[in-house]
Amino acid sequence: MARVLINFPPRAKRGEIIEIKTLIQHPMETGYRLDNKGAVIPRDIISRFTCTYNGEEVFRAELFPAMSANPFIAFSTVATESGELVFSWIDDNGQIQSEIRQITVE
Amino acid sequence: MQLLLTRRRILLAASGIGLASFVPAAGATEEAMAGAIRDLTGEAPLAPGKVKLELPSIVENGNTVPLTVSVESPMTEADHVESIHIFNQKNPQPYIAAFHLGPRAGKASVATRIRLADSQKVIAIARLADGSFWSDSADVIVTLAACTEQ
Repeated sequence: MARVLINFPPRAKRGEIIEIKTLIQHPMETGYRLDNKGAVIPRDIISRFTCTYNGEEVFRAELFPAMSANPFIAFSTVATESGELVFSWIDDNGQIQSEIRQITVE
Repeated sequence: MQLLLTRRRILLAASGIGLASFVPAAGATEEAMAGAIRDLTGEAPLAPGKVKLELPSIVENGNTVPLTVSVESPMTEADHVESIHIFNQKNPQPYIAAFHLGPRAGKASVATRIRLADSQKVIAIARLADGSFWSDSADVIVTLAACTEQ
Protein backbone atom coordinates (compact mmCIF):
# COMPACT_ATOMS: atom_id res chain seq x y z
CA MET A 1 0.00 0.00 0.00
CA ALA A 2 1.41 3.30 -1.01
CA ARG A 3 1.47 6.19 1.37
CA VAL A 4 -1.31 8.70 0.90
CA LEU A 5 -1.87 12.24 2.13
CA ILE A 6 -5.41 13.64 2.07
CA ASN A 7 -6.18 17.04 3.47
CA PHE A 8 -9.53 18.85 3.86
CA PRO A 9 -11.37 20.48 6.76
CA PRO A 10 -13.02 17.71 8.85
CA ARG A 11 -15.96 20.02 9.71
CA ALA A 12 -17.76 22.33 7.31
CA LYS A 13 -20.95 24.36 7.13
CA ARG A 14 -23.70 23.12 4.82
CA GLY A 15 -23.12 24.56 1.32
CA GLU A 16 -19.54 25.55 2.02
CA ILE A 17 -17.01 24.94 -0.76
CA ILE A 18 -14.14 22.91 0.66
CA GLU A 19 -10.75 22.37 -0.96
CA ILE A 20 -9.41 18.82 -1.00
CA LYS A 21 -5.71 18.14 -1.49
CA THR A 22 -4.51 14.63 -2.30
CA LEU A 23 -1.09 13.09 -2.79
CA ILE A 24 -0.07 9.47 -3.28
CA GLN A 25 3.40 7.96 -3.27
CA HIS A 26 4.07 6.56 -6.76
CA PRO A 27 7.04 6.69 -9.19
CA MET A 28 4.82 7.44 -12.24
CA GLU A 29 7.39 5.75 -14.49
CA THR A 30 6.86 7.27 -17.93
CA GLY A 31 8.00 4.38 -20.11
CA TYR A 32 10.32 6.79 -21.95
CA ARG A 33 13.36 6.40 -19.71
CA LEU A 34 16.23 3.96 -20.22
CA ASP A 35 18.03 2.01 -17.51
CA ASN A 36 21.84 1.85 -17.29
CA LYS A 37 21.94 -1.01 -19.84
CA GLY A 38 19.97 0.99 -22.38
CA ALA A 39 16.73 -0.97 -21.99
CA VAL A 40 13.42 0.87 -21.70
CA ILE A 41 12.06 1.01 -18.14
CA PRO A 42 8.45 -0.18 -18.53
CA ARG A 43 5.65 2.31 -18.02
CA ASP A 44 4.00 2.23 -14.60
CA ILE A 45 1.64 5.08 -13.84
CA ILE A 46 -1.59 5.82 -12.04
CA SER A 47 -3.96 6.45 -14.90
CA ARG A 48 -7.19 7.23 -13.04
CA PHE A 49 -8.24 8.96 -9.86
CA THR A 50 -11.78 9.30 -8.53
CA CYS A 51 -13.43 10.90 -5.53
CA THR A 52 -16.94 9.97 -4.42
CA TYR A 53 -19.00 11.74 -1.77
CA ASN A 54 -21.50 9.39 -0.12
CA GLY A 55 -21.37 7.18 -3.17
CA GLU A 56 -21.77 9.92 -5.77
CA GLU A 57 -18.79 10.78 -7.96
CA VAL A 58 -17.76 14.41 -7.49
CA PHE A 59 -14.38 14.41 -9.21
CA ARG A 60 -12.50 12.20 -11.67
CA ALA A 61 -9.13 12.54 -13.36
CA GLU A 62 -7.37 10.74 -16.20
CA LEU A 63 -3.60 10.96 -15.86
CA PHE A 64 -0.82 10.57 -18.43
CA PRO A 65 2.97 10.08 -18.05
CA ALA A 66 3.46 13.87 -17.97
CA MET A 67 2.13 13.91 -14.41
CA SER A 68 4.87 14.27 -11.80
CA ALA A 69 5.95 11.40 -9.57
CA ASN A 70 3.87 11.21 -6.37
CA PRO A 71 0.89 12.80 -8.13
CA PHE A 72 -0.66 15.74 -6.29
CA ILE A 73 -4.21 16.77 -7.16
CA ALA A 74 -6.17 19.54 -5.45
CA PHE A 75 -9.85 20.19 -6.24
CA SER A 76 -12.98 21.36 -4.49
CA THR A 77 -16.45 20.15 -3.61
CA VAL A 78 -19.55 21.49 -1.88
CA ALA A 79 -20.10 20.14 1.64
CA THR A 80 -23.68 18.85 1.27
CA GLU A 81 -24.11 16.40 4.16
CA SER A 82 -22.13 14.45 6.72
CA GLY A 83 -20.72 11.23 5.45
CA GLU A 84 -17.72 9.71 3.81
CA LEU A 85 -15.42 10.65 0.97
CA VAL A 86 -13.78 7.77 -0.87
CA PHE A 87 -10.59 8.42 -2.83
CA SER A 88 -9.42 5.81 -5.35
CA TRP A 89 -6.26 5.63 -7.40
CA ILE A 90 -6.15 3.07 -10.23
CA ASP A 91 -2.88 2.12 -11.93
CA ASP A 92 -2.04 0.70 -15.37
CA ASN A 93 -2.44 -2.87 -14.08
CA GLY A 94 -5.92 -2.20 -12.74
CA GLN A 95 -4.79 -2.21 -9.12
CA ILE A 96 -6.90 0.04 -6.95
CA GLN A 97 -5.97 1.81 -3.75
CA SER A 98 -8.91 3.34 -1.90
CA GLU A 99 -8.94 5.59 1.15
CA ILE A 100 -12.02 6.58 3.15
CA ARG A 101 -12.30 9.84 5.12
CA GLN A 102 -15.20 11.19 7.18
CA ILE A 103 -16.64 14.68 6.93
CA THR A 104 -19.02 16.36 9.39
CA VAL A 105 -21.41 18.95 7.98
CA GLU A 106 -23.26 21.24 10.37
CA MET B 1 31.13 22.02 -7.51
CA GLN B 2 28.80 24.93 -7.60
CA LEU B 3 30.46 26.18 -10.75
CA LEU B 4 30.38 22.76 -12.39
CA LEU B 5 26.72 22.33 -11.64
CA THR B 6 25.92 25.67 -13.13
CA ARG B 7 27.98 25.00 -16.21
CA ARG B 8 26.37 21.61 -16.66
CA ARG B 9 22.96 23.13 -16.39
CA ILE B 10 23.75 25.78 -18.95
CA LEU B 11 25.15 23.16 -21.34
CA LEU B 12 22.10 20.98 -20.87
CA ALA B 13 19.75 23.82 -21.52
CA ALA B 14 21.73 25.02 -24.51
CA SER B 15 22.17 21.72 -26.29
CA GLY B 16 18.72 20.25 -25.85
CA ILE B 17 20.12 16.98 -24.53
CA GLY B 18 16.84 16.73 -22.69
CA LEU B 19 14.93 15.61 -25.74
CA ALA B 20 17.77 13.60 -27.25
CA SER B 21 17.81 11.21 -24.30
CA PHE B 22 14.22 10.13 -24.87
CA VAL B 23 13.41 6.93 -26.70
CA PRO B 24 13.82 8.00 -30.34
CA ALA B 25 10.27 7.15 -31.45
CA ALA B 26 8.88 9.52 -28.86
CA GLY B 27 8.41 13.22 -29.24
CA ALA B 28 5.19 15.13 -29.52
CA THR B 29 5.06 17.89 -32.04
CA GLU B 30 2.84 20.86 -32.64
CA GLU B 31 0.76 18.64 -34.96
CA ALA B 32 0.41 15.92 -32.33
CA MET B 33 -0.90 18.49 -29.89
CA ALA B 34 -3.25 19.97 -32.48
CA GLY B 35 -4.47 16.46 -33.25
CA ALA B 36 -5.11 15.65 -29.59
CA ILE B 37 -7.02 18.90 -29.18
CA ARG B 38 -9.07 18.18 -32.31
CA ASP B 39 -9.96 14.75 -30.92
CA LEU B 40 -11.38 16.54 -27.90
CA THR B 41 -13.17 19.50 -29.45
CA GLY B 42 -14.16 17.99 -32.79
CA GLU B 43 -15.60 20.68 -35.04
CA ALA B 44 -16.53 22.98 -32.14
CA PRO B 45 -14.75 26.33 -32.09
CA LEU B 46 -12.08 26.89 -29.44
CA ALA B 47 -12.10 30.40 -28.03
CA PRO B 48 -9.55 31.97 -25.69
CA GLY B 49 -11.05 33.27 -22.44
CA LYS B 50 -12.83 32.21 -19.23
CA VAL B 51 -9.95 29.84 -18.40
CA LYS B 52 -6.98 30.95 -16.32
CA LEU B 53 -3.87 28.75 -16.48
CA GLU B 54 -1.21 29.57 -13.91
CA LEU B 55 2.31 28.20 -14.31
CA PRO B 56 5.67 29.67 -13.31
CA SER B 57 7.26 31.37 -16.34
CA ILE B 58 10.69 29.93 -15.50
CA VAL B 59 11.15 26.57 -13.78
CA GLU B 60 14.41 25.08 -12.56
CA ASN B 61 13.24 21.48 -12.49
CA GLY B 62 10.94 20.14 -15.18
CA ASN B 63 10.11 17.08 -13.07
CA THR B 64 7.65 18.94 -10.85
CA VAL B 65 6.05 22.02 -12.29
CA PRO B 66 3.14 23.37 -10.22
CA LEU B 67 0.06 24.16 -12.28
CA THR B 68 -3.31 25.69 -11.42
CA VAL B 69 -6.30 25.96 -13.74
CA SER B 70 -9.41 27.91 -12.84
CA VAL B 71 -12.45 28.65 -14.96
CA GLU B 72 -14.95 31.47 -14.55
CA SER B 73 -18.24 29.69 -14.02
CA PRO B 74 -21.20 29.86 -11.62
CA MET B 75 -21.02 26.02 -11.39
CA THR B 76 -24.80 25.58 -11.35
CA GLU B 77 -26.76 22.64 -12.75
CA ALA B 78 -27.41 24.60 -15.98
CA ASP B 79 -24.05 26.33 -16.37
CA HIS B 80 -20.97 24.51 -15.16
CA VAL B 81 -17.58 23.25 -16.27
CA GLU B 82 -17.74 19.58 -17.27
CA SER B 83 -14.05 18.97 -17.75
CA ILE B 84 -10.63 20.58 -17.92
CA HIS B 85 -7.94 19.19 -20.21
CA ILE B 86 -4.22 20.01 -20.15
CA PHE B 87 -2.00 19.66 -23.23
CA ASN B 88 1.65 20.35 -23.98
CA GLN B 89 3.69 20.98 -27.07
CA LYS B 90 6.97 19.09 -26.73
CA ASN B 91 6.69 16.20 -24.25
CA PRO B 92 6.64 12.69 -25.79
CA GLN B 93 2.82 12.72 -25.52
CA PRO B 94 0.63 15.79 -25.98
CA TYR B 95 -1.87 14.90 -23.21
CA ILE B 96 -1.02 15.68 -19.57
CA ALA B 97 -4.30 15.17 -17.73
CA ALA B 98 -8.08 15.43 -17.93
CA PHE B 99 -10.16 16.47 -14.91
CA HIS B 100 -13.92 15.83 -14.82
CA LEU B 101 -15.95 17.94 -12.47
CA GLY B 102 -19.53 19.12 -12.23
CA PRO B 103 -21.90 21.38 -10.34
CA ARG B 104 -20.96 19.65 -7.07
CA ALA B 105 -17.42 21.03 -7.34
CA GLY B 106 -18.65 24.46 -6.24
CA LYS B 107 -15.86 26.20 -8.06
CA ALA B 108 -13.92 25.20 -11.15
CA SER B 109 -10.36 25.13 -9.93
CA VAL B 110 -7.80 22.32 -10.04
CA ALA B 111 -4.15 22.28 -9.00
CA THR B 112 -1.54 19.63 -9.76
CA ARG B 113 2.14 19.09 -10.62
CA ILE B 114 3.37 18.11 -14.05
CA ARG B 115 6.53 17.16 -15.97
CA LEU B 116 7.92 19.24 -18.81
CA ALA B 117 10.62 17.83 -21.08
CA ASP B 118 11.57 21.18 -22.61
CA SER B 119 10.71 24.87 -22.67
CA GLN B 120 7.32 24.95 -24.29
CA LYS B 121 3.70 26.07 -24.38
CA VAL B 122 1.08 24.47 -22.13
CA ILE B 123 -2.61 24.73 -23.03
CA ALA B 124 -5.65 24.27 -20.78
CA ILE B 125 -9.05 23.68 -22.35
CA ALA B 126 -12.36 23.74 -20.48
CA ARG B 127 -15.53 22.08 -21.74
CA LEU B 128 -18.67 23.77 -20.47
CA ALA B 129 -22.09 22.20 -19.96
CA ASP B 130 -23.41 23.92 -23.10
CA GLY B 131 -20.73 22.14 -25.17
CA SER B 132 -18.54 25.18 -25.77
CA PHE B 133 -14.75 25.06 -25.39
CA TRP B 134 -12.55 27.76 -23.87
CA SER B 135 -8.79 27.86 -23.50
CA ASP B 136 -5.77 29.58 -22.07
CA SER B 137 -2.08 28.95 -22.65
CA ALA B 138 1.18 29.68 -20.87
CA ASP B 139 4.79 29.62 -22.02
CA VAL B 140 7.28 28.00 -19.67
CA ILE B 141 11.06 28.10 -19.78
CA VAL B 142 12.58 24.91 -18.31
CA THR B 143 16.23 24.99 -17.32
CA LEU B 144 16.53 21.33 -16.20
CA ALA B 145 14.25 19.13 -18.28
CA ALA B 146 12.32 16.13 -16.96
CA CYS B 147 13.59 12.67 -17.99
CA THR B 148 17.24 13.71 -18.39
CA GLU B 149 18.54 11.65 -15.49
CA GLN B 150 18.61 7.94 -16.28
